[in-house]
Amino acid sequence: MLRIPCPWCGERDEIEFRYRGDASKPRPAADAGLEAFSTYTYARENRCGWHLEWWLHVAGCRKLIKLVRHTLTHEIRAVGRAGDSLTLPPEGSGG
Amino acid sequence: MSGSHRISPGLLTKSATAIEFSFDGRALTGLAGDTLASALLANGVRLVGRSFKYHRPRGIVTVGPEEPCALVDVLTENGREPNQPATTLELVAGLVAESQNRWPSLSFDALAINDRLSRFLPAGFYYKTFMAPGWAWEKLYEPLIRRAAGLGRLQAAVSEHAAPAETVHEHTDVLVVGAGTAGLAAAAHLGRSGLRVLLVDQDVALGGGSLLDARWSSWREAMLARLQELDSVSCLSRTAVVGAYGQGVFGAIETLAPAAIAASGGVRERMRIIRARQLILASGSVERLIAFPGNDVPGVMLAGAALGYLRRYGVAVAQRPAFFLNTDEAYEAAFALADAGVRCAGIIDVRPASKAADRARARGIEVHSHAVIAGVAGRRCVRALRVTDADGRNRRTIEADGLLMSGGYSPASALASQLGAALVWQPAIAAFTPALDSASGYVVGAARGCFGLAAAAQDGEKAAAAIAKNFGRSLGTLSPAPDLPVELEGTPIAAVWEIPGRGKAFVDLQHDVTTADVRLAHREGYEHVEHMKRYTTHGMATDQGRIGGLVGSAVLASARGVPLSGVGQPQPRPYLQPVPFAALAGMEVREHFKPKRRLPLHHWHEGAGATFVSVGLWLRPLVYSKQTGWDPVLNEARAVRRSVGITDVSTLGKIEVQGADAGRFLDFVYANSMSTLAVGRARYGIMLREDGMMLDDGTVSRFGPEQFVLTTTTANSAAILEHLEFQLQANCPTLDVLLTDVGDQWAQFALAGPRSREVLAAVVSGVDVGNEPFPFMAAAEARFAGCAGRLFRISFSGELAYEVAVPASQARSVWLAVLEAGKLFGICPYGLDALNTLRIEKGHVTGAELNGNTSADDLGMQRMLKKQGDFVGRMLSQRFGLSAPERLQLVGVRPADPARRLRNGAHLVLRETDASSLGYITSSTPSVEREGWVGLALVAGGRARIGQQLIARSMIHGETLPIDIVSPHMLDPENLRVRA
Repeated sequence: MLRIPCPWCGERDEIEFRYRGDASKPRPAADAGLEAFSTYTYARENRCGWHLEWWLHVAGCRKLIKLVRHTLTHEIRAVGRAGDSLTLPPEGSGG
Repeated sequence: MSGSHRISPGLLTKSATAIEFSFDGRALTGLAGDTLASALLANGVRLVGRSFKYHRPRGIVTVGPEEPCALVDVLTENGREPNQPATTLELVAGLVAESQNRWPSLSFDALAINDRLSRFLPAGFYYKTFMAPGWAWEKLYEPLIRRAAGLGRLQAAVSEHAAPAETVHEHTDVLVVGAGTAGLAAAAHLGRSGLRVLLVDQDVALGGGSLLDARWSSWREAMLARLQELDSVSCLSRTAVVGAYGQGVFGAIETLAPAAIAASGGVRERMRIIRARQLILASGSVERLIAFPGNDVPGVMLAGAALGYLRRYGVAVAQRPAFFLNTDEAYEAAFALADAGVRCAGIIDVRPASKAADRARARGIEVHSHAVIAGVAGRRCVRALRVTDADGRNRRTIEADGLLMSGGYSPASALASQLGAALVWQPAIAAFTPALDSASGYVVGAARGCFGLAAAAQDGEKAAAAIAKNFGRSLGTLSPAPDLPVELEGTPIAAVWEIPGRGKAFVDLQHDVTTADVRLAHREGYEHVEHMKRYTTHGMATDQGRIGGLVGSAVLASARGVPLSGVGQPQPRPYLQPVPFAALAGMEVREHFKPKRRLPLHHWHEGAGATFVSVGLWLRPLVYSKQTGWDPVLNEARAVRRSVGITDVSTLGKIEVQGADAGRFLDFVYANSMSTLAVGRARYGIMLREDGMMLDDGTVSRFGPEQFVLTTTTANSAAILEHLEFQLQANCPTLDVLLTDVGDQWAQFALAGPRSREVLAAVVSGVDVGNEPFPFMAAAEARFAGCAGRLFRISFSGELAYEVAVPASQARSVWLAVLEAGKLFGICPYGLDALNTLRIEKGHVTGAELNGNTSADDLGMQRMLKKQGDFVGRMLSQRFGLSAPERLQLVGVRPADPARRLRNGAHLVLRETDASSLGYITSSTPSVEREGWVGLALVAGGRARIGQQLIARSMIHGETLPIDIVSPHMLDPENLRVRA
């Protein structure tokens, strides 16, 4: 079970949150075309390593937050508000 | 008398209070503080069970939760609780226990024939032997095998009043697992730093190995006293950590003392979910068996267990025991038993010489150095031992009534492995030790191969100092602890795993896995230790094969011709010991399994005789009758069509959308336009998923330029709120919009039927409800019987209808006022079934049609999708495949013969014999408007088939039925009624 440090509420159990997917894929502009929306909707890398994720704190502040999580070790390296831009650590570092 | 083999008081049985119990119908006496195992041994009972597969006689092997053999059934007033380890089962007055897996009796077991047939029953035999015919596995072989194999049988009458287990949430700075000398020293030191420390140990008393050594009692007492004084330290005995889940989360099960159960309201277990910032793993080590032929005969026991029975319970496990060992540490048991006056039949030491052997000889104990056990005589108990030199020569026999073995000690590092620790082979101690990174925890003492009570204590102190430093804390000045007892110099271990010879040598006593089974697995290609484990089931029994785990790996290494370090051990997974389901369920049982949501008017519905149905968590009135069948439903639906009815739709999701950009946001999340909605108007809306499929439907009403309220379907209310919050915060972060869930604040009723306006007029004020001033799809704030609320002219039933929303606290008075006003017209409350009948006739969709596989075009709503502006699902909904003419499309269905009924789920086919389905019926009901049944269906190319006839085929009911495909709008397609 993850312990997620919500930037608004502090560290809480994973069960308070709902995972909302890959946060590294911004929604394409309205005129971006079918290919871009198809990639946005379906293409996922399922990578082993650092991953930028959306989590919604449904049983807390109901804010959408961003996490940098390692998909193998579950280490949470960084956390931010929905508008923050977080960068992924280099591949192969830590975790 | 508490047993002829009780020779001294024992640490846990000091009070000497006699307790009566029975085993296999035999009345026996034990002492308070005994386990069932110690009480049986005190009474000289050696044979306690039959083995899993071969039905071989088995005795007690260990003194703790790692016990593989001594599993018993406990008979209680609630039935039979199987597979209780006698070694941890605390004796209570009147305990009734029975041995398992034997028939007709323990001493004569008919299925012991399996032992003779064992060459036909090797590991994996059932995969190979019982292959054909195909039907026979389920019907014949499996039931037979299940009866012959296995252990206890569950036979519990679940008591209605049985107390649930409890769940406790723990938060601490440092979790210390294990209260041996390492754990006690670590906790006592850390406690001084002000850090919160939680010390847990599975044993009934804290102290671990120090409980077995009288020289350590004053040090232990001093440490426990120190811990007692520290407010920042909590100590839990009887608490086993059963899993490590990362991020500092651990699961532990506390088993309450029998005497404490009554005081805790019958609670027997507490699941403790522990969240810790740092871990000290001081879980000690586990003594290993040696795989020699006959190593399972009752009377063969671990040497450390014999020491445990003597120190803890004052019980001598044998009168003339021999020892088979390879470490100096294991001699402790021989010396302790000799000190207590038990005559030793001899020590067989694998090593050519050792310091402990010298000490034993000096005490007059015979030691056979460089020798091994090649066989055991005796079936129901050890009678004699065949001893040879290590090279197999010089056979001799030793008379003995017990054999106490020790193959060395394996660090109990399972929790470290779960946290990702790699295992490192340590030749000096012939064991793997865990390499855990310090961010995940510190492994101390025997758990990391640092053996010896004093060395472990010092190791624990060192870890405490390191952790305090990491947290920036000082340990302060320590009052001096009593000096640590001096440990004697010893000779190192010589690894020994298996002794070849005739007869079965077990590596897993509970699952009856032998060294031959491991070699067979290797021959058949299962070379990886994880594959060998699964092929032989070695380590997959309730004890997880703890005392023989490494031995199995060693046999595999020998078969593969590689060093043991290259084979490793299987990954240990949670739970490390059996956990009762009751402990996992905690309080969430029976009516607390899931919450029940009741409508604001629940008690009124109940009083009106409603039958309720669970819809998600909600309890909704299905029909206002206890009578089964369609009549009461159709009476309610008919009242709506002919006059007026009222139904409770408070379960609909309701979300307030406010702000300068509320309209723009709604345009983005709805597929149809919402910003163009005028104040005082409502509109039906559909939402799509980003992949273009239908997500949900509902209404949006506008009460001000910046104020909207939307409804969602009952089932999707939570998911749609999340969806909107995600879309707003992730994709529209610059919009000025506030979302508020008001689902529980508003009660909402639908007032439907041709007379609904007249009823409404009698209770409403502030709105002229005439057809012109308040037309179809109008919305306004209004008062109802004096209560402020909202009025919507929307219709799900297809009739002239209104929805009235009032604060939930006012629901009852407004509902009653409407009923009073409706009396004149015979107003009828209607339930979910009648609601369904009405909407099917009208062709409105619900969850059965909004099933995640339907597009807007499938449901005939393609024209609602706006052409201008972006919205969720816009781009992908334009894919031609989502509006392809051959897709399953919504149609109405009616049986060609009105006397016959429709079946939900029935497949639609062209001809009776067709196997390929064109679609299926999603909803159906007897009609009040038309003769016979009506239904909705999703049919391939359905709209083009309107007017055709198909066959509805229900395989479940064995029915075929010609049906007519019709428009889904089977009632008032011109919408005249809703506009009346």
